[in-house]
Amino acid sequence: MRHGPLGEKPHPHKGRTKDGLAGGEVVARVLDETWSDPPGFLGWFCAVNHKAIGRRFLVTCLVFFALGGLLAATMRMQLSRPGNTLVGPDLYNQIFTMHGSTMMFLFAVPVFQAVAIYLVPLMVGARATAFPRMTAYSYWIFVFGGVMLYGAFFVNAGPDAGWFSYPPLAGPEYGAGKRSDIWAQMITFTEVSALLDAVIIICTVFKMRAPGMTLNRIPLYVWAMLVVAFMILFAMPAVALASSLLIMDRLVATHFYNPGEGGDVLLWQHLFWFFGHPEVYLIFLPGLGMISAMIPTFARRPMFGYTAMVLSLIATGFLSFGLWVHHMFATNVPELGKTFFTAASMLIAIPTAVQIYCWIATLWTGRLNFKVPLYYVLSFFVILVIGGMTGLMLASVSLDSQVHDSYFVVAHLHYVLIGGAVFPLFGALYYWYPKFCGHLMSERLGRWSFWLMFVGFNVAFFPMHILGMNGMPRRVYTYPAELGWGTLNFVSTLGAATLAIGIFLTLVNALRSARHGEAAGADPWGAGTLEWLAASPPRTCNFAALPVVHGRDPLWQGVPAGQVDHVCGLAADVREVLCTTVADAKPDSRMIFPEPTPAPFVAAVATTVLFVGSIFTPWAVVWGSIPLAIVLVWWFWPSQREAEEELALESTEELRAEQA
Amino acid sequence: MNPGVHDMLSAWGPQAGHVAWLWNVFLAICTVVFVALMVALFMALRRAPRIDAPEPPDLGTVNVPEPRLRRSVATAAAITILGLLALLVASVFTDRALARLPLQDAVNIQVTGHQWWWSVKYVDGAVSETFETANEIHVPVGRAVVVQLAAADVIHSFWIPSLAGKRDLIPGRSATLAFRADQPGIYRGQCAEFCGLQHAFMAFEVHAHPPAEYERWRRLQVATAAEPAEAQAQRGKQLFQSVSCAMCHTIQGTLAQGKKAPDLTHLASRRTIAAGTLPNTAGNLASWIADPHRHKPGVTMPAIPMSGEDLAAIVAYLGTLQ
Amino acid sequence: MKGRLAGLLLVAATLAACEREQRHFAAETQNATGGETAVRRSTNQPGMALGGMVKLADRNISMYDDNAYAVNEGKRLYRWYNCSGCHANGGGSIGPALMDSQWVYGSDPRSIFDTIVQGRPNGMPSFGGHIPEDQVWRIVAYVRSMGGGLRTDVAPSRTDSLYPGKPENFRSPQPAIQKGASQAELALEPR
Repeated sequence: MRHGPLGEKPHPHKGRTKDGLAGGEVVARVLDETWSDPPGFLGWFCAVNHKAIGRRFLVTCLVFFALGGLLAATMRMQLSRPGNTLVGPDLYNQIFTMHGSTMMFLFAVPVFQAVAIYLVPLMVGARATAFPRMTAYSYWIFVFGGVMLYGAFFVNAGPDAGWFSYPPLAGPEYGAGKRSDIWAQMITFTEVSALLDAVIIICTVFKMRAPGMTLNRIPLYVWAMLVVAFMILFAMPAVALASSLLIMDRLVATHFYNPGEGGDVLLWQHLFWFFGHPEVYLIFLPGLGMISAMIPTFARRPMFGYTAMVLSLIATGFLSFGLWVHHMFATNVPELGKTFFTAASMLIAIPTAVQIYCWIATLWTGRLNFKVPLYYVLSFFVILVIGGMTGLMLASVSLDSQVHDSYFVVAHLHYVLIGGAVFPLFGALYYWYPKFCGHLMSERLGRWSFWLMFVGFNVAFFPMHILGMNGMPRRVYTYPAELGWGTLNFVSTLGAATLAIGIFLTLVNALRSARHGEAAGADPWGAGTLEWLAASPPRTCNFAALPVVHGRDPLWQGVPAGQVDHVCGLAADVREVLCTTVADAKPDSRMIFPEPTPAPFVAAVATTVLFVGSIFTPWAVVWGSIPLAIVLVWWFWPSQREAEEELALESTEELRAEQA
Repeated sequence: MNPGVHDMLSAWGPQAGHVAWLWNVFLAICTVVFVALMVALFMALRRAPRIDAPEPPDLGTVNVPEPRLRRSVATAAAITILGLLALLVASVFTDRALARLPLQDAVNIQVTGHQWWWSVKYVDGAVSETFETANEIHVPVGRAVVVQLAAADVIHSFWIPSLAGKRDLIPGRSATLAFRADQPGIYRGQCAEFCGLQHAFMAFEVHAHPPAEYERWRRLQVATAAEPAEAQAQRGKQLFQSVSCAMCHTIQGTLAQGKKAPDLTHLASRRTIAAGTLPNTAGNLASWIADPHRHKPGVTMPAIPMSGEDLAAIVAYLGTLQ
Repeated sequence: MKGRLAGLLLVAATLAACEREQRHFAAETQNATGGETAVRRSTNQPGMALGGMVKLADRNISMYDDNAYAVNEGKRLYRWYNCSGCHANGGGSIGPALMDSQWVYGSDPRSIFDTIVQGRPNGMPSFGGHIPEDQVWRIVAYVRSMGGGLRTDVAPSRTDSLYPGKPENFRSPQPAIQKGASQAELALEPR
């Protein structure tokens, strides 16, 4: 009997029960037991199951969406009449900064990461995400960042320099107090969370796919999240750097953005927009992935042009890094350089156009099942394309010189973000709700919600195109009556109210359907991808036996005669995971995953103390590192039990080899 | 008071005119594309049969090429590329046209953006002919105007929609904007880069005059402030120089030589006060001086407690500054 | 017990944040100096000289010591009204240094206010009637920050200009010597 290097002995009884369909429900229950999180209040802080984390992450993001929406409602109320005094300039500046920061950093990117954390393992046939404890940590650090931001807002210390926080306005001389420091640290929190989630997605997709799921067979939604994850790795560090330099300027009097001492105000803009442009594609691409997941289901045929779609996703992700100067067309960067970015900004329309044509081709040759998710998907075509057209207008240097920083841009950005991300997200919520909850959402309420959202959105944001061309700048807390902007602003506010009601109806729908919705089986939509193989909601272990995949739509294409349809042999009473090769998903190795632990939560608390402390004193970086280091050592300390389990599994293998 | 023209599609000069032309090109092409796409989508939705429940999927296309669809998508992509090229060419042509504004005999102005007002300095001719004003730019019709843009504190943006596109004023950097007004009139402008508490009320006006009228205006501006005739205005002048006003404002020809606030030497000749926020009337002036924060909360000008007669005297004096 | 302490700290931090981040625009009525009137002690005045007395500070409280925005405004006004013309950026030139521990006429808020408003012999102009009282109080708060006297989170940071010294939020607090020491007495003390 093998012993470990420190004398560990194999676990006396673990490792004997194996997964697979042969053991039936008994083994499946053992698997569920193995992969579950501890119960109770304290157990809630120890959770590492990806579905638990994905659920709470999704709900948290939707809460931030609601808060951002309330802020928007306040803005629309203030702007509904000229000379309105509902909100003064200081509070308004905080409100629009909080609205932008919430939507961009606390909702738009994290919500798609939350959905990915839930869905990607199910879609690729795995039982967990890679690095479960890191997944938990990324959630906690995200929540603490958001709580810090809103806590500051409630004590009048909310950032007030815009979600893009340009110095010198956000700098030490013109940004008195701690407001912009809070903003900069919120960036640090959310950027760490996003980077960690990106690593998790990449490793899950590359190394934990079901056997047989070659790169050529990965669902398009998973491809989209993979491209997004790679983009995050390159984009987030730019904003982390920019915000760290800003904090240093404000806290310890460095001169990065101080022209008086050789710094450059434009350095901020370059660093921020180098992140900021890919950021909007980080928001857009998951929406594209979701549409690619839903259209085949509701058109009853596989997606047309899979290869073109994948290449378009990758091209969009890559090209998005070459556009950032189009946010700076009004500055004094050289004119010829600006024209290059015009060309690049137009070029990126091509892969998106190819995707749209492939979707239309799929719809054209399919049979359409008109359910609520399809409504949301179809509205994407209308809204996103309008946003894309205005985007082309903004891409032109000359045209942008007129409409930059006016309500035309506000209209454009909401058309692309709400049309390209929020509507597909809502469609996805209706689509995957049965998988999350085991019930279907009400079709009738869903249709009402959809139409109110669609009409409300267009009434709210289309007039803003005209307002911008009529000269109304952005970020103004009020405007003079004589300019005639009052009517369109009032109409826009009415539209916003309608949109809000529509969104509220979906919330009502979701809450009601959790109890009273029609029960859904494993695959209520008749879809083809692997997540619909699991139960609704999925069992804790996702799959009692890991499936083997033979096509892009495994549930549709089934298993060719004489081929294997599942693998078995992983331990059922140990958290054993199958790792497969990157390109062809051949079984490669087996790993033991960690047990639930409170270490991620405690580490997040220690990190929060460090980050929040460094808003007030640079010494916090030094002193705050000590508890964090201690927690990290505790987190990564090798586990005796894991060594025992590994040895137990090794001995059962040896036994089997001997017996063979 | 009628505001000046403030609309990018009401183009009263060649710069705004070029952009308005480009807008029409973009609008036309983008509308055609959008309509075509909607027609395609609509046709797809019409053609495809409706089903109510998930029927077995059509797997006939798995690993089978679909040449017709492939051709359609490729054609559509090719047309897209051509359309984008057309837009790119139109855009580049407009960029060139904007850069080619003839600048002979241009009027040279230096505009500095402050939180939350514009200082305007005319720098043509001998140094003794230069003068400074605030928030109101007068230009001759038919002559180019070259504006040097500088920022005193944070980033601002100089935007007159009916005359030209905008340009940012960035601390530590200088930028230039050239435009020409081809018709007499009043054109409104506004700051277009978020600059703090009163970004919403940082407007200015461009008045375009026939050349003779412009010359008359210019000569009036070069002169120092007139000596007030009647007693109340004279007392107002004494007060202006002795209480807080002179700490920040300049009135040429008096002891008020503060450099931190708008030059008021010819305040009475302007249409608006407080950077386009209020029409320039005695009542508004009195209300503004008594408490600027009632109109623009957060502005750098403080409320100065003074008696009613003192305020009236100062307003009377300011009213003489043609 | 620990929970209560944590709660108290949180409340304290919250209240501190509340006041630090307030933007006071209008002149505070508490600033209204109903205090005694006094003669100006300097013939220097900016602009055109005003006759008559000036009002001294009513209370010895610096309203803006906890307000980052107001102290920052004070820093701006210090520059705009050219205090730096004589006091440089705190190191002093013609006028005495304001960032060290030597205070000729006192370092408490009332003394600084009175000094600015009345003026002082040997060059300090009399700003009473020229600078509105509320702005004087902001300058008072800023002057008190120059020697590191204000909390680090309230004191202003660097300006966007060329300045080699430490910003106010990085200066160590200078304990002030007794107020009202005469210049002659000071001349005998080693620098």
